Amino acid sequence: MTDAAANGIDQDLVVHLGKLARLELTDVEVEHYTLQLEQILGAITSISEVAADDIPPTSHPIPMVNVYREDVAIPGLLQEDFVPGAPSFEDDRFRVPRILGEPT
Amino acid sequence: MTTEYNAVIAEFDPIIGLETHIELGTNSKMFCSCSAQFGGEPNTFVCPVCLGMPGSMPVVNRVAVESTIRMGLALNCSIVPWCRFARKNYFYPDMPKNYQISQYDEPLCINGYLDVTVATEEGPQIFRVEIERVHMEEDTGKLLHAGGAGRIHGATHSLVDYNRAGIPLIEVVTKPILGTGVLAPEVAKAYVAELRDLMRALGVSDVRMEEGSLRCDVNVSLSRPGEEWGTRTETKNVNSLRSVERAVRTEMLRQADRLRSGERIIQETRHFNEETGDTTSGRSKEQAEDYRYFPEPDLVPIAPSEAWIEQLRGTLPEIPSVRRARLQLDWGITDFDMQSLVNAGALELIVASIDAGVQPAAARKWWTGELTRVANERNCELEELSVTANDIAEIEKLISAGELTDKMARSVFEGLLDGEGSVSHIVSKRGLVVVNDDASLIAAINVALADAPDVAEKIQGGKIAAAGSIVGAVMKATQGQADAAKVRTLLLEQLGVTE
Repeated sequence: MTDAAANGIDQDLVVHLGKLARLELTDVEVEHYTLQLEQILGAITSISEVAADDIPPTSHPIPMVNVYREDVAIPGLLQEDFVPGAPSFEDDRFRVPRILGEPT
Repeated sequence: MTTEYNAVIAEFDPIIGLETHIELGTNSKMFCSCSAQFGGEPNTFVCPVCLGMPGSMPVVNRVAVESTIRMGLALNCSIVPWCRFARKNYFYPDMPKNYQISQYDEPLCINGYLDVTVATEEGPQIFRVEIERVHMEEDTGKLLHAGGAGRIHGATHSLVDYNRAGIPLIEVVTKPILGTGVLAPEVAKAYVAELRDLMRALGVSDVRMEEGSLRCDVNVSLSRPGEEWGTRTETKNVNSLRSVERAVRTEMLRQADRLRSGERIIQETRHFNEETGDTTSGRSKEQAEDYRYFPEPDLVPIAPSEAWIEQLRGTLPEIPSVRRARLQLDWGITDFDMQSLVNAGALELIVASIDAGVQPAAARKWWTGELTRVANERNCELEELSVTANDIAEIEKLISAGELTDKMARSVFEGLLDGEGSVSHIVSKRGLVVVNDDASLIAAINVALADAPDVAEKIQGGKIAAAGSIVGAVMKATQGQADAAKVRTLLLEQLGVTE
C-alpha cells in the first residue's frame, strides 16, 4: 500500500470520482478500481523518477506548436447520419434523462 | 436611488468582479468546421467533433485565436508567448464529450485594463477596471427541460441541441474592482457596455445580447471599512446591461441585510431572475464541482510570435473611448449630453443614422427624445425597438422635402413601433400628406378669414402677430397636415401685408 499512498489513490478518492462520473459503484467495484488505478498510476509514477528537472513536462508526444485550421464553414453531418446512433431523439433534439443537480 | 441603498453604502464598501463570456463572430466553430451561425434548425450544424464522437480530433480555428489576441491587445493585456488548452471535466449533457475544452492556468492574455466612464452629478468619472485574464473556450449546447415548465426541478427529461456546442467563446475576467462605492452597479454596467463596444469596434463579435451571445457572471461582496474583504457570491448568467446593474444592486442589498442581522454570507453561485430582479441560491461552493482540469492532449500549444502579435496590433481600430471623444467634438455637444446618449444606448444608432444620411442634430433629436421615451416606457433597450437608422433617414428626407411635418413624423414613428410596415407604407396608410398645393391652402385661409373678419383687420392694421390664430385655424382645418410657415406666408400675401 506504500505505492497507493504515493499516488494518493485510496477508496475514498475512487468513491468521489465515481460520484463525479455519476457512477453507482458497489463496494466490490470500488476495491477493484482502487487497485487498478494504483497500478496504472504506479506505472506513470516510475516515469517521473527518470525525468530529471531539466526535462520539461509535455502534454503532447510531438514537440510542435501553432497548428490551426482556416475559418471556413463546411456542412457537417445530416441527421440521418447520427440519429440511428443516439439512444433517444425527439423533436430534432437528443433526448437525455432528467438532469440531476445544477447545470455548470 | 433609494434611501435603503444609500444606507448600505454608508455602512459597507462593495467589491465587485465580472466574468464575461462572449461568442466570437467566426464563420466556423472553435475546434471544427461546422457553421457557427446563430439559430438554424436544431442539430443541423454538427459533426463528429462537436458531437463528441470517439476518435474525432479538434483543430483550432486560426481566426478565433487572432480575435482573442486582438481583444487582449485592445484591453492592454500581455499576450503570453506560450499557452495551452485544458480539459474541464464535468458530467452534464450540454457537452457530449463530458468535458469542455477551455484554458485553465495558462490563459492567452493576462494583466490588462479597461477604463470606463460613469456619469455622476459632478460630471463624468473614469474608473480603471483591471483585467486578470482573457482566455478561449467553446460554448456548450442548449438544453430544453421537458415537463416541469422548462425548469430543471420537476423535469422528466431534457432535450439537447448541439448547434451552439463548440462556438468560440472568449472569457474576460476582471480583478476585484475596489473603490466604486455608491457607483458599483453603474461601474459594472458601464464596464460590460464598454467591453461590448470594444468587441464590436474590433469586429470580433457583433454581440447580440438578446440572442445570449454575451453572458456575465457577477461577483459581489461587502465589507465594513477597515475590515477584511467579505465573502463573495457569484450571480450566474446575467444577460443584459440592465440586468448587470440590477444584479449588483440586489446582491448588495441582500448581503447587507444578512450581515446586519449577524448572519454570514455563504460563498455560493446564485441565479438571477430577469423578471423580479432577485437572486436565488444555486449550488454552494462548498460542494463545488471538481473539474479535474488537465492539459488537452489532442491539441498542441499556442505560441504566438512577436511578429504575429505586432501584425495583429496593426489591425486594431480606434478604441471606443477615443472615438466617442472625437464624435463629441464633431457634434459640438457637452460631456453631459454625450454621456446621456451613451447611457441611453443611442450612440451607435445615431452614428448609423448619420451614415444613412441624417443630419447629426436630427439623428440625436429622434433617438434621445421620442425613441428613448418609448424605450423607457416599454422597459427595453433602444436597439430592440422596431425603428432602424434607415427609417430615420427616410423620414428626415420626407421632412426636408416638405412632404412630412414633425408632427406627422411622430405618427410615422408610432406606426413603425407598432409594426405597421415600412415608412412609405405607413405614410400612405395613415394618409400623411402635407397639404402643399397653394389652391387648397388659400381656400382654407379664406374660410378661416371669413370666420374671423376682425383678425384680418388687425393684421392689415399692422398687428402681424395676430396671424397666428388664422394659421392655427388652417392647421386645424387641414388636420395638421399643412406646413405652418407656408400657410403664414400665403396668408400675408393674401392680405397684401409684408413683414
